[in-house]
Amino acid sequence: MSGLEVRNLHVRVAGKKVLRGVDLKVEYGEVHAIMGPNGSGKSSLAYTIMGRETFEVEDGDILLDGESLLGLSTEERAMKGLFMALQDPPQIPGVRLSTIMIAAINKRLGSTDLTRVRDPSIVKRMYKLAEELGLTRDILQRELNVGFSGGEKKRSELLQAFIVDPKIVILDEPDSGLDIDGVRKVSEMIRGLTDQGKGVLLITHYARMFKYLDPDRVSVLIDGKIALSGGPEVAKLVEDKGYAYIRSQYMARRG
Amino acid sequence: MAEEAVKLREDILKGADSPEILGWLEKPYKAEIELKGKISRSLIEEISKIKKEPDWMRRLRLRSLELFNKLPMPRWIIGIEEIDLEALAHYVKPEGVERARDWDEIPKEIRKYYERLGLPELEARILSGLVAVYESETIYAKMKEYLQRKGVIVLPLEEAVQKYPDLVKKYFLKIFPPSDHKFAALHGALWSGGTFIYVPPGVKVREPIESFFLIGRQGEGQFEHSLIVADEGAYVHWIEGCSAPRFLGYSFHNGMVEAYAHKNATVKITTIQNWSRNVINFNNKRGIAEEGARLDWVEGSIGSRMTYVYPSTILKGDYSSSRSAVVTVSKGPYIKDSGSKIVHVGAHTRSKIINKSISAEGGVNVYRGIVRIVRGAKYANAHVECDSLILDSKSKAHTFPHNQVDEPTAMVSHEAKTGRLSEQQLFYMTSRGLSEDEAKSLIVLGFLDEIMVELPVEYANVLHKVVQLEFSELGAVG
Repeated sequence: MSGLEVRNLHVRVAGKKVLRGVDLKVEYGEVHAIMGPNGSGKSSLAYTIMGRETFEVEDGDILLDGESLLGLSTEERAMKGLFMALQDPPQIPGVRLSTIMIAAINKRLGSTDLTRVRDPSIVKRMYKLAEELGLTRDILQRELNVGFSGGEKKRSELLQAFIVDPKIVILDEPDSGLDIDGVRKVSEMIRGLTDQGKGVLLITHYARMFKYLDPDRVSVLIDGKIALSGGPEVAKLVEDKGYAYIRSQYMARRG
Repeated sequence: MAEEAVKLREDILKGADSPEILGWLEKPYKAEIELKGKISRSLIEEISKIKKEPDWMRRLRLRSLELFNKLPMPRWIIGIEEIDLEALAHYVKPEGVERARDWDEIPKEIRKYYERLGLPELEARILSGLVAVYESETIYAKMKEYLQRKGVIVLPLEEAVQKYPDLVKKYFLKIFPPSDHKFAALHGALWSGGTFIYVPPGVKVREPIESFFLIGRQGEGQFEHSLIVADEGAYVHWIEGCSAPRFLGYSFHNGMVEAYAHKNATVKITTIQNWSRNVINFNNKRGIAEEGARLDWVEGSIGSRMTYVYPSTILKGDYSSSRSAVVTVSKGPYIKDSGSKIVHVGAHTRSKIINKSISAEGGVNVYRGIVRIVRGAKYANAHVECDSLILDSKSKAHTFPHNQVDEPTAMVSHEAKTGRLSEQQLFYMTSRGLSEDEAKSLIVLGFLDEIMVELPVEYANVLHKVVQLEFSELGAVG
């Protein structure tokens, strides 16, 4: 299968079970939205796919284009084409936003010097994309996430996703903390990612992004399991009835 | 021209991780004279005799020896007990080597070290002068001709003692008296090799002058002395570099730098220390700035097993100023003990201390800076910035800043930050496709940005490359 596939994923973090058998697929060119209440395991799913060390896979598999990613480091997964936009990215004092992007590009070009700009057109692209995302040009020279507003963080993560040019983009709540204009802008840009043929795993708590962005698939994660999966109608159901309703339906189905 | 610039950069990069370039010591170059054992009166007399010194210098050495015997071992120094002074060779004269003005005159076994580091090329392209010290002797000293015509002096200190005794006497061990502490006294007794620079009034030496120190054997003590004097309104930038090939035992470096910036003069001193991991590196660095003068220090301390370095400035004259930027990197089971010291005596004196330390893989950094503002230093202004970056849980950074302000109109400000690299930060960087080492090297370079701009571009490149190597997989192998 091409794209990202998660099979029967069981995960523990700091002794606590957070995922209990998750199955899902993200195909290229599509947005697969994962919804769920707080603490349902949405971010854990994202971190596990990205290979964060503190998330221990107990069972199941994660595959990219049919090849297992288990056993690969975060760096190796990124180099294979995964990218994660964090919900609240950490501050990296001393490292500019442009520096990390240039380093990421140089790494992919096979350069040993990570800091020297090899292709000046990249810098132009950064400025252009920053503008399209509603960021001021000076943000490229600022220290990564240091003093960034909530909106700037979300946009900067997306900017990096575009520049790094991965196959699969995992977006962890890219809409939280954004105003209405921001939600619309970010939604449009996410569609821009799939237009480029990337697969998007979109993690979100609210359905409000779907006003501007029709997800191809929607799954609801509850207590570390996919409780419901389908098309955009699932998002509508979440919005109309809430997570408690979906949970009770799910429990009833399982008997 | 552009090609040349590229070549130059490549040459410098070649010299970046110098102990790596120099490799393992094969066989030390033959010594003509090697003095070992107890540090006694007769040993000191012997050194003085070999150097055919005037009586005043001989007496200065003996007085230093007396002080060495009297002064207590400093208690605050970590790891000093490893040094067995009596087991060291205190003076090593390489065979058949007199001070040369041409690289061809230097035996090829020694010359190869300097060539591997690209020093003769650097000298030709960007330096006003170069002094090379090997073991205990200065083997090469030369400066550009136009400076000679302007009365600039660049000489091995021994030669200056013979030719310009009055000038040397005026400053030597006056700025940093041997009575200060045991190791200063030891230096005064055993000093050998080094640089004397004198820039006459109003003369500005445009390109830097470099001294490069090499230790070529284990079990050696190197005690080189550098004396840098800028007369009224003069300008000079002196760079010191040091390295050593790898060897199995240890060697001990106990050098001294004395600097004097007369009225309205500027002295800049830049050190790139990259000793191999066998060298215990002790430094004594102090300068005096007269009225309106400026004395700046930049210290990049990367190598050595243990380093103790405290660039110090006495702001004697009104309106004098000093800026001291020190970077220490302890990666692995090594110790860097550093801290700038500034004493404000004159009115309206200004100082800025920037100290940045990086600790990784069990490395330890200690900061012990001092700002002292004496009564009468009206409107003196001092600012201290002390940042520590710790890259893992095994490593440590300690800061012991000390401010003593006895002047009510003075202003002292202090900022200290300690950052420990978190798992979350590392995950974030690696999720962009960087390895952990690449992530660390970017963070370290970013951390040092502020200091890189202080350096001449060629040397900033060196430091940049050294840091990249230190934190790349390549560097981790060595």
